[in-house]
Amino acid sequence: MKRRHFLKSFTVGAAVASALSLGALQPAAAQTAAQNTIKVGVLHSLSGTMAISETVLKDVTLMAIDEINAKGGLLGKKLEPVVVDPASNWPLFAEKARQLLSQDKVAVTFGCWTSVSRKSVLPVFEELNGLLFYPVQYEGEELSKNVFYTGAAPNQQAIPAVEYLMSKEGGAAKRWVLLGTDYVYPRTTNKILRAFLKSKGVADKDIDEKYTPFGHSDYQTIVADVKKFAAGGKTAVISTINGDSNVPFYKELGNQGLKATDVPVVAFSVGEEELRGVDTKPLVGHLAAWNYFMSIKAPANDAFKKKWAAYAKAKKLPGADKPLTNDPMEAAYIGINMWAQAVTKAKTTDVDKVIAAMGGQTFTAPSGITSTMDPKNHHLHKAVFIGEVKADGQFNVVWKTKGPVKAQPWSPFIAGNDKKKDEPDGKTVIAK
Amino acid sequence: MRFLPLHGLMAVMTVCVALCLPASVLAALPQALIEKLALGENEDKIVAIGDVVTAADPEGLSFLQSMLNGEVQTVAEKKQVLIVRDGKAVDAVSGKEVAPIPEGAEDLTLNNRVRREIESAAAALKLVSTDRRARLTAAKALEGGADEGMLPILAKALEKEADPEIKALLLIIQASVQLKSSDAAVRLAAVKALAGSSSSSTKTVLLDLMEKKGDTWSEPDTAVRAEALISLEAVERRLVTGQRIGQVFSGASLGSILLLAALGLAITYGLMGVINMAHGELIMIGAYATYQVQNFFRSHMADWFNWYLLAAVPMAFIVSALVGMVLERVVIRFLYGRPLETLLATWGISLMLIQGVRTLFGAQNVQVENPVWMSGGVELLSNVVLPYSRIVIIGFSCVVLLLVWLALTRTRLGLFVRGVTQNRAIASCMGVHTARVDTWCFGLGSGIAGLAGCALSQIGNVGPDLGQSYIVDSFMVVVLGGVGQLAGTVYAALGLGVVNKFLEGWAGAVIAKIIVLVFIIIFIQKRPQGLFALKGRFADA
Repeated sequence: MKRRHFLKSFTVGAAVASALSLGALQPAAAQTAAQNTIKVGVLHSLSGTMAISETVLKDVTLMAIDEINAKGGLLGKKLEPVVVDPASNWPLFAEKARQLLSQDKVAVTFGCWTSVSRKSVLPVFEELNGLLFYPVQYEGEELSKNVFYTGAAPNQQAIPAVEYLMSKEGGAAKRWVLLGTDYVYPRTTNKILRAFLKSKGVADKDIDEKYTPFGHSDYQTIVADVKKFAAGGKTAVISTINGDSNVPFYKELGNQGLKATDVPVVAFSVGEEELRGVDTKPLVGHLAAWNYFMSIKAPANDAFKKKWAAYAKAKKLPGADKPLTNDPMEAAYIGINMWAQAVTKAKTTDVDKVIAAMGGQTFTAPSGITSTMDPKNHHLHKAVFIGEVKADGQFNVVWKTKGPVKAQPWSPFIAGNDKKKDEPDGKTVIAK
Repeated sequence: MRFLPLHGLMAVMTVCVALCLPASVLAALPQALIEKLALGENEDKIVAIGDVVTAADPEGLSFLQSMLNGEVQTVAEKKQVLIVRDGKAVDAVSGKEVAPIPEGAEDLTLNNRVRREIESAAAALKLVSTDRRARLTAAKALEGGADEGMLPILAKALEKEADPEIKALLLIIQASVQLKSSDAAVRLAAVKALAGSSSSSTKTVLLDLMEKKGDTWSEPDTAVRAEALISLEAVERRLVTGQRIGQVFSGASLGSILLLAALGLAITYGLMGVINMAHGELIMIGAYATYQVQNFFRSHMADWFNWYLLAAVPMAFIVSALVGMVLERVVIRFLYGRPLETLLATWGISLMLIQGVRTLFGAQNVQVENPVWMSGGVELLSNVVLPYSRIVIIGFSCVVLLLVWLALTRTRLGLFVRGVTQNRAIASCMGVHTARVDTWCFGLGSGIAGLAGCALSQIGNVGPDLGQSYIVDSFMVVVLGGVGQLAGTVYAALGLGVVNKFLEGWAGAVIAKIIVLVFIIIFIQKRPQGLFALKGRFADA
């Protein structure tokens, strides 16, 4: 009885004490935290159709933040991530971006996958003079002083891939199916590719453009149509399908027995992560073009993979039993590290000064090359790899460029682009 | 004494190894050839593959197979080529075992071009196999992939072949190679022979003949070109038949999915009149139940993993039915006869269920793996492959439909349900416990939604938002078919499926969806009661 009483009063006392101390300490702690940290926004869809691709980008950004913090942070302050979920909802991206910039006052934001989400947040970043690092390959046709593009521009991914498929080694394709999700990235990329193919003498009747809505899951007709089209001559499929639609698409390809040796499918938005959970044995030989593959043999890649595996295990991330890395993860990782270098160089997180310090930054990328941020055009110089799917869901590099390629955000295959300047228009204040 | 069996085993193994070793020593190909195949540039590889075919050497076939299976590893510095099976490496040249596997041994990588050559070569070499099925698969694989180097082996195979089906295929393959002959008469005969083909690769070959570059045709002879045009038409006719079959099948497949998704709603909305916006989420719960059963089988009964669906089907039904019955008891039954409130309440519930699942399982899609017997497909014609997963789902939806029909027409519960639907007051007067019937009926409808979820998990993505993409389609089917009618639902689902697929082939997925929606709006305006209206006094009660 006595004992129980004692226990009870002890618990109550402890609870009260902790409540009091929490109440008293919390504001102070929060205040000091606000002064001693640099806030970093993470703006990736953690639910909805794009979650399959974007969730790992959030995780790899957090991993890089942990890493920087473990080394003592930046300018003597720790980085404090602010993670928001725009839920694959494009207007919500803009809303969340505004919240990050005006409420949380983040110094920089890492985020977006689809071009439609980037287009949605772009006015917000320009209006509030924020800083966005965009880690995914995209269609180009854009250059904002407030954005750094660490993914590939069309000439760093799409064009080399098509050139490869046209070559003897790639199967000497003559007919082309341009298959994509219906939004700005696939439409613009296909516009560029169509112009490129025409410049190589491919007739309009040999190009078939097809679009499906976001989240489309029934690819029976599409695959049957591809088969039909392929009877007219050696055909290759260029897939710009995005998000979780890729799973039913590749399942259907496998089930209908469309083999890569007959009709190769090259994808620009499918990497190791998207193929997780798909039976890749029937898909052997289908291709993807990226600037990084998990299977690349390089010391920097081994280190990156090891770090990621350890992080995924420590944080008990879904799929930690089979940790996978992919190109956008690499691009996100390069982005945050380059930003950290630029902040160190500029000795401030002030957006304009960091932008000025970004040009010419270099980083040993996991893909095994030294990635350089172009001094002017806000894009990375990247090497291009083309990989074939292996039975275990990894990619086997069958072609690569000799070295890094400079990005051309304004594709020469779109009329009028030759007059555009290869640097953002905004008045970047260069202060030393 | 205790160890005797082990000794015995080891003895057997030694004998095995002893037996195998001489075999693999015999298997050795000339060293130069192996080095070319494994270490050469792609051009060298392709030449070497041609040599293997010309030699028609069975050992060459086994090495090519190893290359295709990814069993070949190479050590570039030592020019060593290994065949690695189950962690054991054998030197491909000497046939001796190499242990341990040397450091720096790398998998031999092939690209599509080389793989295509190897596949054709392997198929050509298998044409002389004694197994009929192996020969047939080989002949099918070779259509469109044969080249001149294979003519001798083709001739040999033709000489021996007794099976008419394979023989016909071989003749076509031979003809497609002979098209490259310099003798116009041979080409003419070949083009005529190709008219019997039903393969799309033949179409490609024939189209190539009629290609015009500048002023020169790729086929110089006019007579051959004219004959090629006739053959092309014959081939195309057959291909079109195949495409039609494929379209009808994919329409039936989409229809069966719509039917499964809408059948439960046909009961809860059609028969009971409850506008259940949470129907999609009941589908989603069924899919997650399947996911859980799959996980259970993977961790506890790995041997039976391929049959997890047999347990998942009842599980999905029960879980969704229970959720549905709880919903009915707790919320919906207080709202009977107030459609607007029901709509709002169930919509709220659907949001809660989505969020609940998101909290429990995470916002990302979960992976539901197909059992092995559901991957792949059956080849009906050369250009029509019917995937097993879709065949199974069509069959499954027929069975579910039959069971529901039996339940409604042949059981006491079904009788009560129909009675309550037609006239609640009279049924109650006759002693039917209407409230209980409502609960069971709602449970049945929800359970069928769960079955739909189980089926959908096999072909689509399973995520918290799964139901959202089916709720609109489900309502469309039920409303189009006519409320209160099972038969209407069936016709509407199949009709929508087939129409959608034909439109998709013609106008693309995005436009097809819009056209279907516009059609339904117009249809409902002209005929609000749907395809099949209930006749009688109770119809608008």
